[in-house]
Amino acid sequence: MNIILIFIAATIVNNIVLTYFLGICPFLGVSSKIESAIGMGLAATFVMTLAATVTWLIYHYILVRFNVPFLEYVSFILVIAALVQIVEMFIRKTSPELYRALGIYLPLITTNCAILGLTLFMVLREYNFLESVVFGFGSGVGFTLVLLIMAGIREELEFADVPEAFKGAPITLIISGLLALAFMGFSGIISTS
Amino acid sequence: MKDNLIISISPHRKEKADTPRVMRGVVYALMPAVIASIYYFKLRAFLLIIVCIAGTVLTEAVFQKLRRRPITIKDGSALLTGLLLALVLPPSLPLWAGFLGAVMAIVIGKQIFGGLGQNIFNPALIGRAFLMATFPVMLTTWIKPGIFDAVTTATPLSLFKFDHNVVSTLYLLLGNTGGSLGETCAIVLIIGGIFLLIKKYMDWRIPLSYIGTVLILTTVLYLIKPAQYASPLFHLFAGGLMLGALFMATDPVTSPITKKGRYIFGVGCGFLVVIIRTWGGLPEGVMYSILLMNAFTPLINRYTVPVQFGGRKK
Repeated sequence: MNIILIFIAATIVNNIVLTYFLGICPFLGVSSKIESAIGMGLAATFVMTLAATVTWLIYHYILVRFNVPFLEYVSFILVIAALVQIVEMFIRKTSPELYRALGIYLPLITTNCAILGLTLFMVLREYNFLESVVFGFGSGVGFTLVLLIMAGIREELEFADVPEAFKGAPITLIISGLLALAFMGFSGIISTS
Repeated sequence: MKDNLIISISPHRKEKADTPRVMRGVVYALMPAVIASIYYFKLRAFLLIIVCIAGTVLTEAVFQKLRRRPITIKDGSALLTGLLLALVLPPSLPLWAGFLGAVMAIVIGKQIFGGLGQNIFNPALIGRAFLMATFPVMLTTWIKPGIFDAVTTATPLSLFKFDHNVVSTLYLLLGNTGGSLGETCAIVLIIGGIFLLIKKYMDWRIPLSYIGTVLILTTVLYLIKPAQYASPLFHLFAGGLMLGALFMATDPVTSPITKKGRYIFGVGCGFLVVIIRTWGGLPEGVMYSILLMNAFTPLINRYTVPVQFGGRKK
C-alpha cells in the first residue's frame, strides 16, 4: 500500500516539476512538440529510475558503511552523468531522429536538477530500496505527464495571437504557473512533505 | 421570376447564432442564479457582481487598446467571465479582491493567450484559482445566507468533511446554505441549464458524463461505507458541481471539440472531483477538476480525431 501511495505522490500530488519546480530547463526546452516530449520523458524516466536504484545502493552500501555520507553530492552526480552517457549512446544508435530532436537537452539531463533532487529526497525521506525505485520511476512518470500536457498546450498555441513579448519561454512559464495552480487541488491527498 | 434564381456558393443556410448571441443566452441562463444570490446575500452579492463585471470588461478594453487590437467588449464574453467569476466567489470577499481576481482572469486567463477562442483555461476559474492561492483565508470564509449581518458559517461540503454534518438535500436545492454567490441554489442552476440545452448553447455530453460519473462513483462509495462517505444526492447538489458542470465545463473554447473527447473530459472531471472531495485536503474540487481537464484538452482533441467519412483508422 505504501508503495502505491509513494507512486501517486511522486507522479501527481508532489509532482517534481509543478510542486518542487525542479527540471524546468528541459521542461521549457523540449515541450514544443509532442513526439520529442514523449522521447524526453521516456529518457528522463529511465535515467531517474536507474539513478534512484544505483544511488540507493551506493549510499547505503558504500557511503554509510565507510561513514562518508557527505560525499553523496559528488558520487550521485557522477552516477547520473554516467547513466546519461549510456542513454545518449543508446538513443543515438536506435533513433537518430529522436536524438536530433532532443539535441542539447539530452546531455543536459546530466545537470537536470530533477534527477539529483529526487536522489537527495530519497536519502532525506529514508526510503528503503523498493520505495526508492518506485519513487524514481514515479517521478519520471510525473515528469513525462507534465511534459506531455505542456507539449499539447504549446502545439495548440502555435497559431494563437500571443503578444510578441510573451512568445516562447515567457508564455510557457505562465502556463506552468497556471498548471501549478491547477495541481494545487491535489494538495493534502497524500502527505509526504 | 429572375429574382428567384440566385446563384451563390455554399453555405446556403446560415446559423443565426454568433458569439454575442450565445454569450447573451448564457447570461440569461445565469439570471435566475443571480437573482437567487442577491436574494440570499443581499447588497454584498450585487456589489461583488458589479465590481467583477466592471473589472473584466475594463481590463479587456484596456488590454486590447494597448495591443492595438479591435476592442471586442461588446461581444459579451468579458461580461460573462466577470459574472461567472463573481458567482464562484464567497459573498464576504472584499470588493477590491474581487476586482483583482477579475483583472487576473482576463490578463493571465485570456488575453495573454491572444483573447477569446485561444485561451487554454477557463478565465473565470483562473481568476478564482489565483485568489485562492493568494488569499486562502478570504476565499474560505463564508457567511450565512438570508440575513443582513455577516455571520460566518461553513459550506455544506466543509461541514461534512471536517465535522461530519450532513445538510439536508432540500436546503441544498433551495440554496439556504453557506457557499459562493451562485453555487448554493441548485434548482435555479438546473433551470438555467435546461434553458441552455433547449437553446442548444450547450453540449449535453459534458454535463451528462460529468454529473453521471460523480453520481456513480459516490453511489459506489456510499454503498461500501455509508457511515464514512456522503450520499450521492448530497454530492450532486452541494458545492459548485451544478454551476461547474453546467456553465464552466461546457465552455466551448476550453473543452474538447470532438464528441468522444467531450465524454472523456466529463468523466475525467467527475473522477477528479470525487477524488479531491473524498481524499483531498480541500473540501471542494470542482474548480481544480475543470482546470486540470482544461490542461488535458489539447491532448484529448489530438487523440480523439474522428475518422473521415470513407477513411480508415490508422
